[in-house]
Amino acid sequence: MKNVFSIFLMLPLVSSCLLAQERLTQEKLAYFETHVRPALVKYCYECHSEETGKTRGGLLLDTKEGMLQGGDNGNALAGDPFTKSLFWEAINWEDLEMPPKKQMPAEVIQSFKVWLQMGAPDPRNRKKAVVTSKVDLSAGRKHWAFQRPAATPGATIDSLVSAKLASARLAPNGQADAYTLLRRLNFDLVGLPPTPKELATFTAAWRRNAKAAVTAKVNELLKRPQFGERWGRHWLDVARYAESTGKDVNVTYPHAWRYRDYVFDAFNADKPYDEFIREQIAGDMLPARTDTDWQEHLIATGFLAMGTKGLNERNPRQFQMDLADEQIDTMSQAVLGLTVSCARCHDHKYDPIPTTDYYALAGIFLSTKTNYGTVRSAQNRRSTSLIELPVADPMQEKNRLSSADIQLLKDQHRELIMTRRTTRNDEKASQQQLANLRRRIAEIEATLAELDEDGIPTTQAMGVLETREPLDANALLRGDVEKPAQKVPRGFLQVLPGGGPATIRQGQSGRRELADWLTSRNNPLTARVMVNRIWLHLFGEGLVTSPNNWGLTGHKPTHPKLLDHLAVRFMAENWSVKKLIRSIALSNAYQRSSRMNPLNYRIDPDNKLLWRANPRPLDAEALRDTILTVGGGLDLKRPYGSQVSAFGDNRVGPSFNQDRMTTEVRYRSVYLPILRDDLPEALGLFDFADPSVSKPKRETTNVPAQALYLMNSKWVLAEAAAMAKDLVKRFPDHESRVKEAFLRTYSRPAQTNEIAFAKGFFSRFKPVVQKVEEDRPFRRGPSRFQRPGQEEGPRPRQGQFQRPGRGPRGQGQFQRPGQGQRPGRMDGAGGGRPGMRGPQRTIAIPTMTAEEQSLAMFCQSLMASAEFRLLN
Amino acid sequence: MKQHIHRREALRTMAGSFGSIAFAALATEQAWAQAKQNPLAAKQPHYKPRAKHVIFLSMRGAPSHVDTFDYKPRLNADNGKQGKFGPPLLGSPWKFAKQGGSGLWISSLFPHLGKHADDLCLLRGMQCDQPNHSQATMQTHTGSFQFVRPSMGAWTLYGLGTENSDLPGFVVMGDTSSPINFGSSFLPAIYQGTKVGGTARSRRGGSGEAEFPNVDNPLLDPASQRVQLDLIQQLNNNKLRRDGHQPQVEGVIQSFELAFRMQSTMPKLLDQSQESEATKKLYGIGAEVTDTFGKQCLHARRMVESGVRFVELTHGSWDHHRNLREGMETQCAQIDKPIAGLLADLKRRDLLKDTLVIWAGEFGRTPHGQGGDGRDHNNKGYTTWMAGGGVKGGFSYGATDEYGYEAVQGKMHVHDWHATILHLLGLDHEKLTYRHAGRDFRLTDVHGHVAKDILA
Repeated sequence: MKNVFSIFLMLPLVSSCLLAQERLTQEKLAYFETHVRPALVKYCYECHSEETGKTRGGLLLDTKEGMLQGGDNGNALAGDPFTKSLFWEAINWEDLEMPPKKQMPAEVIQSFKVWLQMGAPDPRNRKKAVVTSKVDLSAGRKHWAFQRPAATPGATIDSLVSAKLASARLAPNGQADAYTLLRRLNFDLVGLPPTPKELATFTAAWRRNAKAAVTAKVNELLKRPQFGERWGRHWLDVARYAESTGKDVNVTYPHAWRYRDYVFDAFNADKPYDEFIREQIAGDMLPARTDTDWQEHLIATGFLAMGTKGLNERNPRQFQMDLADEQIDTMSQAVLGLTVSCARCHDHKYDPIPTTDYYALAGIFLSTKTNYGTVRSAQNRRSTSLIELPVADPMQEKNRLSSADIQLLKDQHRELIMTRRTTRNDEKASQQQLANLRRRIAEIEATLAELDEDGIPTTQAMGVLETREPLDANALLRGDVEKPAQKVPRGFLQVLPGGGPATIRQGQSGRRELADWLTSRNNPLTARVMVNRIWLHLFGEGLVTSPNNWGLTGHKPTHPKLLDHLAVRFMAENWSVKKLIRSIALSNAYQRSSRMNPLNYRIDPDNKLLWRANPRPLDAEALRDTILTVGGGLDLKRPYGSQVSAFGDNRVGPSFNQDRMTTEVRYRSVYLPILRDDLPEALGLFDFADPSVSKPKRETTNVPAQALYLMNSKWVLAEAAAMAKDLVKRFPDHESRVKEAFLRTYSRPAQTNEIAFAKGFFSRFKPVVQKVEEDRPFRRGPSRFQRPGQEEGPRPRQGQFQRPGRGPRGQGQFQRPGQGQRPGRMDGAGGGRPGMRGPQRTIAIPTMTAEEQSLAMFCQSLMASAEFRLLN
Repeated sequence: MKQHIHRREALRTMAGSFGSIAFAALATEQAWAQAKQNPLAAKQPHYKPRAKHVIFLSMRGAPSHVDTFDYKPRLNADNGKQGKFGPPLLGSPWKFAKQGGSGLWISSLFPHLGKHADDLCLLRGMQCDQPNHSQATMQTHTGSFQFVRPSMGAWTLYGLGTENSDLPGFVVMGDTSSPINFGSSFLPAIYQGTKVGGTARSRRGGSGEAEFPNVDNPLLDPASQRVQLDLIQQLNNNKLRRDGHQPQVEGVIQSFELAFRMQSTMPKLLDQSQESEATKKLYGIGAEVTDTFGKQCLHARRMVESGVRFVELTHGSWDHHRNLREGMETQCAQIDKPIAGLLADLKRRDLLKDTLVIWAGEFGRTPHGQGGDGRDHNNKGYTTWMAGGGVKGGFSYGATDEYGYEAVQGKMHVHDWHATILHLLGLDHEKLTYRHAGRDFRLTDVHGHVAKDILA
């Protein structure tokens, strides 16, 4: 049976000849019915039949197709003659032992042998299912979002916004004041507050010429490297970026960060959005001029590899379908704003997306090999290799193993092999012992295998590559992997222009064509969806308020013409994100004051028509970055890698989690480790996006847990102390310190009554006697690797040996096995990677004088107050 | 549904009843008044309540009704025959038996809970609008599957306040879903659910250990901290006065006051060490399978006892498309003893009469099988139950057809379910309104009928 799953079939030739509808002779048939079927029912069906619903090892033995399709280990009947097949080995208890508890009687095995020698005649053909669709596509094509956006000649952002306001008889607010506007621009564009110096420069320029000052500021902010971090992070929400698999097993992705950095760089370079999407969908297939370009393209495909994974899935077909489903789900929501994966089991309930469209896309992703790494273990049945990158990362040189190190590992490997041999023959040895040995052997093999000839670990990334045999997928009846129906030619959504079966280059998966289709100027959604995301992040609400759902249940745009205007312009300006942000930031609509106007509020309480700017809370990253900025200082330098990569492969759980990582680092929040179901406290508490799903917009909660964090966490207290000490050092008296504190935290001068509040506070607050805290060294996470000869500590997890596969460049280059950062150098002071070097300590609140303490408590009050946390 | 949106838009644009100029002042005054008085203070219900507290046991993923509380002999008899939508019917792998004096049919998956049959009020004709998890979960919690709306707990708190304003009035624990499901939307932020346990470090499945971080200030004593908090609130109130209507600032003000009080109350509330071994055993605490949910159930009782108005425990992984047999055994074993223990403990403390315990998934599952050992989503008919707080015990209301596909009798849509819950709390679902964006909103929108038959 040649179908999409044939990657599991070792010998497609044998399979197709078996499938040929040869007429079974009466004699053969009778033999099957009398000797074979009863035995299969009696001994096998309990664990391998649809009737019992059990497919142990992914194997079904109740149809001919099931036997041929095989399970985890491949085709059960591959082998010539069939007495060399897996099936025979299993029932004969050669390597596998089936049925597991007691072997079948000799005479039954003998009849199976006779049957296999006949060529395994089998009348149990699976009923051919057909998936049909009732979707009315021509009606569906009429939906507004499926029409190409239309330009309004001569229109500008403001003319289109004003028209709407005028028709509702709303007079918009005027421009915000210079302080408010600068703070808004800073947070919106780079996610950081303006410094007092920047405030002074900007307000002076504003007084000379407000328009010129704003234009110059916007241009300057767009050029800062922090722009890419801010806007790249918005994309990472949509791309459900994370550094672990999530779900039940939740093991880490130590290489995910390369994709993170790629995204930041792309926004900084103002990579055209269409190119950005093409690289993420089909980077491995795009022409590249240099190895560096190629490297970047390969890393971009990490987008498809980054999703959640149920690594303990027993059924390989189920796992492959779930993987493709996750890719379709994220890709369709992120790029098209459509929930295509709703059509997996039936036609989409609301949108004109037939199930067959889903499988047309599924064929593309099933013809793709997703490389996400992770370590094979008892829980992880589904690890893969990674992509070896064409350009070696110079940082890897620091992880070079000396020849002595390598020799030690080799010696240890040999010893372990010997031990395994004796343990195997020892009847008292437990399975656990053997498993431990297997794991340790695999770890060493993986470590050695990933080294190049100089002992340096190769540079790897997550991403996708082509499979050898791209094929159309079968539609699945109600999404059931055991119920394949007709083949569906690979292609795109029929309801959109250029949809239907695709013309795919010979021997390819179709990802390249998919990428082109997604980014075609005829595609009515891609540009609209992205401009809406940009609008959302600048206004706090999108023009379409369901940013990931543009289908029939999605919300209609508040300003349809404006949406189209922006989309058309975006494409005309070569999909430049920076140009679009610039023109929105320079519009009157963006620059309005957020002041309340009761008249307008009565008519448009939700501010749908944009009569004012929306007051918004700072997101988690901006809040943490700002506390660091005004406190002990924010390190703007990008750290190398991630703390997750520093610890290598691990399983998130009691022994490896955020507590084990030095989240008390001073770099920007976008570089903190993002583990699924275990977020850094400073992010998780303040509505960070759940990284398990594509998240277009963050929730806003306002709960006591946040207040308690701002009042009581040592981290906040320590930053407040640092701020107070700095103010005491630089300014002579309370009043000047207070004024400076307001400038730094609120980005505006203090008001008279606020200075009075401060005075009142200093007169009432009695400093307390501070307990002196011990400086304890920071508790390090588990070391990832044991030096040969060392006792085993907290158990690191590491890669298994992997067979070399075909490399990204096709023939000639091998995909190197192994994975993970080079182990060994992370434990011990002074080791590790730049950005997380040196011994870390638990947070201690610095010892303060009484004066400093009062001021620190004042500064902390500013950090905890509403104005600090909100953007007007 | 389209019409429904048009009507809403119309209502919204038709404008409210405010004198416009006075509004800003009014809004500010209201906000001031609200911020100054305690928004959590107990309020008078519309009429005499049957229940004062709610413990909502939310089964995330949608448990099968035909394998638990909705006995379908015909389904078993026709096992393997083609069901009405094509796939073959799947009889329940579990035996059902009449339980308690009332003789309610309950499956062998709930041996302990079965003993409390005479306290249970089974609602066997449940329906909701959507067969998708996220939408149905949202509708179960907020009444709407489409728009962000206040959750049931937030409405309850808005309507009744709480008995102990030193604690959050609405607490959520366990494997919680999106914050939308326990949010307050346009209601004041203080009414949203406070998550306890695994606050920022949620582990899948939640944790029985109800850690609540940052309740100790490492530097200041409470008196000095109060001086600091007064400054924070001065700054906040100053901003509120300048900005006028600003719900986000109001939310910050209230959350800080509550947070300050919680510093002394939360540690005591979450400390189970004073509970007797016998009590812990009753909940299954200490046994591997039941420890986590047992601890959460015990927390729920302690919270209700301390005056928390609405407690929601979420228990996940009920989405049995596959591995129904193994999955249901595991999941039911995790909750059976803890819930039975909770009911027994509430009863012996005389708390059950005032506490409405609700058990519900977001929908049920199909009588036909999926892949031989699983069931698909079914929103047309399923079972939830209530106990205590003014509902008839040992009672069954509503029914599905002979296979369990669809509710045919005593239908209870989620809107009706919400109306009934509010009614039990002494709240008229048509009168519990909040003015937002120019119109009055309700938990039940324009729907909902109280199921009078189930009232004790």
